[in-house]
Amino acid sequence: MIERILDVRLIDNFEWRYLGVIAAILALGVLSIYSITHSVQAGRLPLYARQMVWILFGCAAFAVMLVADYHKIARLAYPLYGIVLVLLVVVLIVGKASRGAQRWIPIGPFAFQPSEFAKLVLVLVLACYYAKAPREGWIQRLVLPALIMAPGLLLILKQPDLGSGLSFLAIYSAMVLVAGVRSKAAGILLLSSLMLFPFAWEALWGSLHDYQRERIMTFVNPAYDQGGKGYHGLQSRIAIGSGELVGKGLYGGTQSQLKFLPEGHTDFVFAVFAEEWGFLGVLGLLALFFGLIMLSMEIAYKAKDVLGALLAAGVIAMIGFSIVVNIGMTAGIFPIVGIPLPLMSYGGSAIVATMAALGLLLNIKRRRLTLFY
Amino acid sequence: MSELGIQQEELQELQRRLTILKIGLCLLMGLLALRLWYLQVREGIYYRDLSQTNRTRAVILEPARGLIYDRNGILLANNVPSFNLYITPEDVKDREALITRLTELIGLDGAVVRKKLAQAGSKLMPRNVKGGLSLRQAALIESHRLDLPGVVIRAESQRNYVHGQEAAHLLGYVGEVSPEQLDRDESQELHQGSIVGQDGAERAYDRFLRGRAGQKVVEVHARGHEIRTVSVKKPEAGDDLYLTIDVRLQKLAEDLLGEEAGAIIALDPTTGEILALASRPVFDPNRLSREMTPKQWEEIVQNEGHPLTNRATQGQYPPGSTFKIVMAAAALETKTVDPSTKVRCTGGFQFGRRLYRDWKAGGHGLMDVNQAIVDSCDVFFYTMGRLMGIETIAAFAGQFGLGHETGIDLPFERIGIVPSPAWKQKARGEVWLPGETISASIGQGYVTVTPIQMAHLIGTVANHGVSFRPRLLRAVVERATGRLQELPAVPRGRLEVKPETLALLRDALAGVVTKGTAQRAKSSFVAIAGKTGTAQASALRPGPGELLPKKLRDHAWFVSYAPADKPRIAVAVLVEHMGHGGSAAAPLAKQLIETFVKLAPREPLIADPETPALSPTVALALPERHD
Repeated sequence: MIERILDVRLIDNFEWRYLGVIAAILALGVLSIYSITHSVQAGRLPLYARQMVWILFGCAAFAVMLVADYHKIARLAYPLYGIVLVLLVVVLIVGKASRGAQRWIPIGPFAFQPSEFAKLVLVLVLACYYAKAPREGWIQRLVLPALIMAPGLLLILKQPDLGSGLSFLAIYSAMVLVAGVRSKAAGILLLSSLMLFPFAWEALWGSLHDYQRERIMTFVNPAYDQGGKGYHGLQSRIAIGSGELVGKGLYGGTQSQLKFLPEGHTDFVFAVFAEEWGFLGVLGLLALFFGLIMLSMEIAYKAKDVLGALLAAGVIAMIGFSIVVNIGMTAGIFPIVGIPLPLMSYGGSAIVATMAALGLLLNIKRRRLTLFY
Repeated sequence: MSELGIQQEELQELQRRLTILKIGLCLLMGLLALRLWYLQVREGIYYRDLSQTNRTRAVILEPARGLIYDRNGILLANNVPSFNLYITPEDVKDREALITRLTELIGLDGAVVRKKLAQAGSKLMPRNVKGGLSLRQAALIESHRLDLPGVVIRAESQRNYVHGQEAAHLLGYVGEVSPEQLDRDESQELHQGSIVGQDGAERAYDRFLRGRAGQKVVEVHARGHEIRTVSVKKPEAGDDLYLTIDVRLQKLAEDLLGEEAGAIIALDPTTGEILALASRPVFDPNRLSREMTPKQWEEIVQNEGHPLTNRATQGQYPPGSTFKIVMAAAALETKTVDPSTKVRCTGGFQFGRRLYRDWKAGGHGLMDVNQAIVDSCDVFFYTMGRLMGIETIAAFAGQFGLGHETGIDLPFERIGIVPSPAWKQKARGEVWLPGETISASIGQGYVTVTPIQMAHLIGTVANHGVSFRPRLLRAVVERATGRLQELPAVPRGRLEVKPETLALLRDALAGVVTKGTAQRAKSSFVAIAGKTGTAQASALRPGPGELLPKKLRDHAWFVSYAPADKPRIAVAVLVEHMGHGGSAAAPLAKQLIETFVKLAPREPLIADPETPALSPTVALALPERHD
């Protein structure tokens, strides 16, 4: 079986496109990171080289998720979720020494960010749940999955990591949408959420950290600029806008090269790209992301069973949400919540988790032909 | 309907719903494309202009470093204002003209400026070119600032050690973060130019002391001068530390060493708290924490006295006769002797072809183990070593903490050597010679220890075999909350030695002072117990009436504790090249112990919540602070 799956001759036209799109986005990401960090700090392993190492790890994760039958992977969903919850608790404990947000577990020279993997595991758990759950009843279709999600969500918000928390909610919402709530249940949800909204808002706003409130406030009203957070958003918009139609060329981005733009290699990598490549380059990149989503959609449509379709839908929601929110925040239409751009932002955990998810998708596609064995 | 049929029906419904997700994502992607078209094409020219006139700049605001106090709240290290000259490479129009002008004005070294400006990193990052300008120099620069594009004078805080060289090794010093330190920094809190602890407590507790940098966004005009502040995020000052040392004992310990090289450590054996830790020769932490030229560095590093070495934790010396404490315990525990076994000392021990001498010509006569410690009889312990063998000696030395880190919270602790055949094979590739066991039996030969190990060892004996990790940090006052957090003692374990053995040892150690080799440590009001040591620094022995050159003379040791019946302080003294432990080291320990007893009650004020002097809120309002 494994030999068959790894056999290059079996890669069909669809799969070449799928792999090509992924490789192209990864390459553009490395290029952008190279562009803004190539001049700094002799001595350390440069960031773009580190990113390439992460991509190698990502390829390994991709391969692992591809070869094992996804039904077997899904069987591990709950234990994996347990491990992720433990890791999220570890982050809170290990992170105690340092102030502010703590999202990483240091392992030797690396830092491991469990919340990135938590998203993928949430997809696994929810897909697994819905594949076996009764098809009727709003408690079974809506409330129980929310309860499954809750501990992970709360631990992530406690860090605090607003971006990953929102991703959690997005994955949940998308899977509820796709897995299907009968109209009556959906009605109850809509009604109750409307009624509960004022209370929920109070609780949510109260639980946010000062810097998160600041970010939201600067988004709603850019003049509200206590900590200089609106500065980042403005610099990001200047970077993107000043790229104009054709861009300033590689290394030509004054915004990013001169460090007006913060976090140019991580959350704001899109702004770096947009400044240097212009609107034409941006269209190309959007087309690549769009292509990735559409190819993934095709996999979801053609999945041979409910589990496969749900897994695919969850992965699409996870990646699609990150793409939209990340680009949206750099372009100033969403608040700055700290979500990496899939396959492009610097960061080992995100790269490995995303590539693992994409491997899982291909897995689903590959197995649709071997329905009954 | 079959099971499979239900599956198929559900799948079809899923596919219908997937379409909703697909449409939603398509719409959102479309929205993004539209927004980007708006930013880049429709408003592109506007943003291009903004980017070209972008003169806002983020400036790092350095946090104030936490303050350091002694156990009673006496200030040891604070921050004082200092004028520093920065140059931002991006804003410099003509580098050579600027350097010439600066040289004329305040006598800057052109080579240093060029080197600083050539450092890697963003050109927008101001480089600290010269620190510690005088007020006059700073005023001179400020009045010429229009001819000096890119030059900025900033008033920043400079680390200041209130008591000068006192406790220098223990406090350490601060300096600009090195590229290697930046590389290892996992906290992501450091940046080029950050000031971090480079040695001592400053280094060990840097994570508490350093605080968090803030950021100021400013608008600058074409020559790089700030016009307007756009936004400010204030830096957060570091946390304050209360060390375990008592500055009065520390000062005394340093004065006792005077000009001699050596180390004195006093600790509380019941908690492991360091009360004083002195090392000589010493460096000036104020000087090291300021701008140093490479030449000044070289002077310090190449100084023959190695002032940067903390002899208390990094000096490795043969323990000499202080090692007999370990030997006596080993001999009793292995039943090599019992307390009444006697050995005749005739002033020498014949082994093979060599005669191992006793320090007392003519010998001590009949000796039991107690008497052998009191008089520091070498022959008795030569005999024990011969009977037990090096492996047993090494095992007991290890149990007493020799050859291991004590775990003191100071950087770069050394561990000395507990020799064994395996060690010698590994380190030198040679076979262990039986005669080397005889030398090791009196703490000579390959055996080396650090003074902190010996202080820890004697403290463990004093504390009935229960040992604690030596530590310097008593409490941290968290700056953000004002909360005072006391740190607990860290137990390290218990000697696996019978209580009778320890009792005999303690009795003998008291005898050393009352009737043995350390009678000069006898105090009129406190019972002191201890052991002298005289460690050979070279194999040369002086002829009659001859005096060896100083650097070849013996090191003097004295390890002690008091009061003998209920110890509250343990002291290790090592004075390099001063000869006999009994005459050169023991009197110093006595003075320190007597002062300690006189200072009682010495319970630190911070342990008492009723005492307002050091409650956290008041501590936060101390006037020495420069935030």
